[in-house]
Amino acid sequence: MNRRRFLQTTATAAAVFTGACSASRQQGRFLSKSELATLEAICEQIIPADQDPGAAWAGAVNYIDRQLAGFYREHRQVYRSGIAEADRRAGGNFAQAPSERQIEILKDMEKDEKTKVFFSLAVSHTMQGFYGNPRHGGNRDYCSWRMLGVTVSPVRGRNQYDFTKGGRS
Amino acid sequence: MKKVDAVVVGAGAGGGVVAKELAVNGLSVVLLERGKWYTPNYCRKDDLKNQRTSLLGNNTGPDDEGNPRVVVDASGNERVVLPSRPGYGNNAACVGSGTATYGAMAWRYHPKDFRMGSTYGCPEGSTLDDWPISYDDLELFYCKAESEIGVSGDDSGNPFKGPRSKPLPMPPLPPSREHQILEAAAKRLGLHPFHISMARNSIPYNGRPPCMRCRWCAGFLCEVDAKAGTQNTVIPVALRTGNCEVRTSAMVKEIVLNDRGRATGVAYFDENDRLQMQEADLVVVSGSAIESARLLLNTRHRLFPNGLGNRYDWVGRNLQGHTYSGAVGYFEEPTYDDLGPGAGIALCDFNHGNPGLRGGALLANEFIRLPIQFPSRLPPGTPTWGKAHKDAMRQLYRNTIVVIGPTQEMPVFDGRVQADPKVKDRWGIPVARISGKKHPHTLEIAEFMIGKAEMWLKEAGAVRIWESINRSLTVSGGQHQAGTCRMGNDPKTSVVNKYCQIHDVDNVFVVDGSVHVTNGGYNPALTIITIGYWASDYIVKTWKGTRFRS
Repeated sequence: MNRRRFLQTTATAAAVFTGACSASRQQGRFLSKSELATLEAICEQIIPADQDPGAAWAGAVNYIDRQLAGFYREHRQVYRSGIAEADRRAGGNFAQAPSERQIEILKDMEKDEKTKVFFSLAVSHTMQGFYGNPRHGGNRDYCSWRMLGVTVSPVRGRNQYDFTKGGRS
Repeated sequence: MKKVDAVVVGAGAGGGVVAKELAVNGLSVVLLERGKWYTPNYCRKDDLKNQRTSLLGNNTGPDDEGNPRVVVDASGNERVVLPSRPGYGNNAACVGSGTATYGAMAWRYHPKDFRMGSTYGCPEGSTLDDWPISYDDLELFYCKAESEIGVSGDDSGNPFKGPRSKPLPMPPLPPSREHQILEAAAKRLGLHPFHISMARNSIPYNGRPPCMRCRWCAGFLCEVDAKAGTQNTVIPVALRTGNCEVRTSAMVKEIVLNDRGRATGVAYFDENDRLQMQEADLVVVSGSAIESARLLLNTRHRLFPNGLGNRYDWVGRNLQGHTYSGAVGYFEEPTYDDLGPGAGIALCDFNHGNPGLRGGALLANEFIRLPIQFPSRLPPGTPTWGKAHKDAMRQLYRNTIVVIGPTQEMPVFDGRVQADPKVKDRWGIPVARISGKKHPHTLEIAEFMIGKAEMWLKEAGAVRIWESINRSLTVSGGQHQAGTCRMGNDPKTSVVNKYCQIHDVDNVFVVDGSVHVTNGGYNPALTIITIGYWASDYIVKTWKGTRFRS
C-alpha cells in the first residue's frame, strides 16, 4: 500500500468508529465500492464495536480485500456471490438494513447450504483481520491487542534488552 | 561439480548434525537444502504467516506454489493439499528446518520409549516394536547434543527420566505466572513438575544472547537468535572447517546408483531449476520422514524397482507424529503475563505406567497463544461470531491455561507415504501421497491424558475446564513426523540398520525422524539431533577404515 492510499484509507475509516461505512470509500483492490460497504457491515456484525472498536474500525474489510487480491484469490467468486446474496436478502442494500435485520440475515446465511461456505470464510477472515498482525491491513492501531491487554509493540526485540537477566526487555 | 566424500540431503535436525560431524572429521561435504537460509532479521513476527499459524502461508517455506501433496483422509477422500493448508504435514523448508522455527523443547526420550514392544506387547493392527538401540546407547550422544546445540532447563525434579551423565549446560528461564500456578498445584497432587529442557539460551551461550521472552516463538524464527537450531550452531561450525559447502534452493530429484546398485551421488535441481549431478562416495538422506521416504521411493533402479531400500515394502510405512490432547482451564484471576515462550513446566508422571495403556505423554503448559489462535481455544458452545464471541475473547484471553501433551502413537503399517502416481511438483518429481488411519489405541491414550490435564488444572484453581483434542483418525505427520524408514536388525521388517544405513546399499544413510521405530511421548527434535551424532560416529569410524568402497 502506498502512503497516499494508506492515509486515505485510514482517514476514511477514522471517520467511523461505529456504524455504517462512510460514503467516501474508495474502490478496493478487488471488491467494488458497494461490495466493500456490504462486506464491512457483515464484518461489523461478526465483531461489533462496543467499548472497544469493532471489525469495521479495525479495517477487517481492508484486510479481506487485500487478500482477495493476493493470497486468497481462490475465494473471489465465493465473496462476490455471497455479498450479492446478502444485499439481495436485505432488499438491495445490506449495509442500510437495521442491525437486527442484518443479524437475522447472517444467521440464515450461516445455516443455508448455498451461503454457509461464504459466511464461514467471512467469519474466519474477519477474525484474521481483527486479531492478526496489522501488517496485512487489519487490526488498526493494534486495537484488538489493546482490547485483550497484550503488548502491542511487535519490535520489542529490536530494542535493547538486558542480557544479564535472561529476562524480558 | 567436483566429487565430494559425502552429500547430505536436507539441512534440518539430522542433516545439519551429520554435515558438521563429517566435516570436522575431515570429510568433504556438500549439504543440499531445498529451502533458503534465513537470518534472524527475517523473523517478522507475523501472526498470520508462520509455521504454527500458516493462514497466509509458511514464513520459511515451502511455497504454496509448486509443492503440493496428495492426502487421503481416514474416510478415504483424496485431495491435493498445499503446504500452508491443514493436513499437508509441513515441516519448514529452510536451513535448520524445524529447528529454525520450533518451540525448541529438547526432550530425551524415556528409556522405555526404546522398548515399547517388549514393555507392552504389540496391539493388534499395530507394528509397535523395540528399537535396535537403547537409551544407554544414546546417552552420551544426548549429552553432546545438549552441549553443542545448547539446552537450558532443570530436570532434577523429574524422577522418571533416564539417567543423565552430564547436567544441562544452562539454567532454565525464570518461571512465568502460569508456571508458578501449575507448579504449586502439581506438588499438591503429589506429582513431579520441573522445568522443560529447551534449546533456547537462558544466559549468553555459544556466542548468542539469551531469550528476551517475546510471544512470537513457536512457529517463528528467533529475532535475537536465542533459540538454537542446526542453522545457528552446528552448520556454521561445519562451514568454518572449510570442508563443507551449503547449497540452498537445491531440490534433490533422486539418488544416482551405478550398475551394481551403489550410490554415486544425487541428481538435484539448482536455484535456477537446472538439473545438476553431485557425485559423492556417501549419500545421507535427511529430508524428514515424509520427504526422505519420497526420495527413496522416487529412486528407481533395475535392482530396486519399487524404490531404494524398499525390497520388503517398508519404505514410507509407519508414518506417525503425535496426537495432542489435554484441556483448557479458565481462572478467575489473570494467568497471562506475556512472558514467552509460554511453555515452561512439565510432568512426566504419565509417560508410562498408565493402567491398561501402552505408554502415554508428557504434560506441559502450551506455548503462548497468539490472539489469532485463541478463537479455537474457546469453550464449546461459545458463539463463533457476534457480541458474545467478542465478550468471550475479552473475558478469557488473559485468564486461561492450556495443558496438553503429545501422546505416543501406536505405529500402523498402512499409515504411509507413497510417491503419487499422478501429481508432480514444479520440477516434475512425483509428490508425497499420505494415507492411512491412526490406531484406535492411540486415541484411547489421548483420551486418558485429557483427564490428567483436567485434574491438574482443577487443582490449580480453574473454575471452568474444557477438553482440547482432535479426534480425527487421519494419520499424523506434521512437525513431529517419524517412522517411515524404520531402524531394525531384520532387513525384512525395517529399512535401515541400527546405524541408519540402508540394508540394501551400504553407502546410503537415512538420518532423521524417519528411522524412529516409535516416537516417544515427547517432542522429537533432540532425539533426531542425537541420532545424527550416533550415526555420524559410525560413519566416521567406518570411513577411516573402508571409506565405503566395498
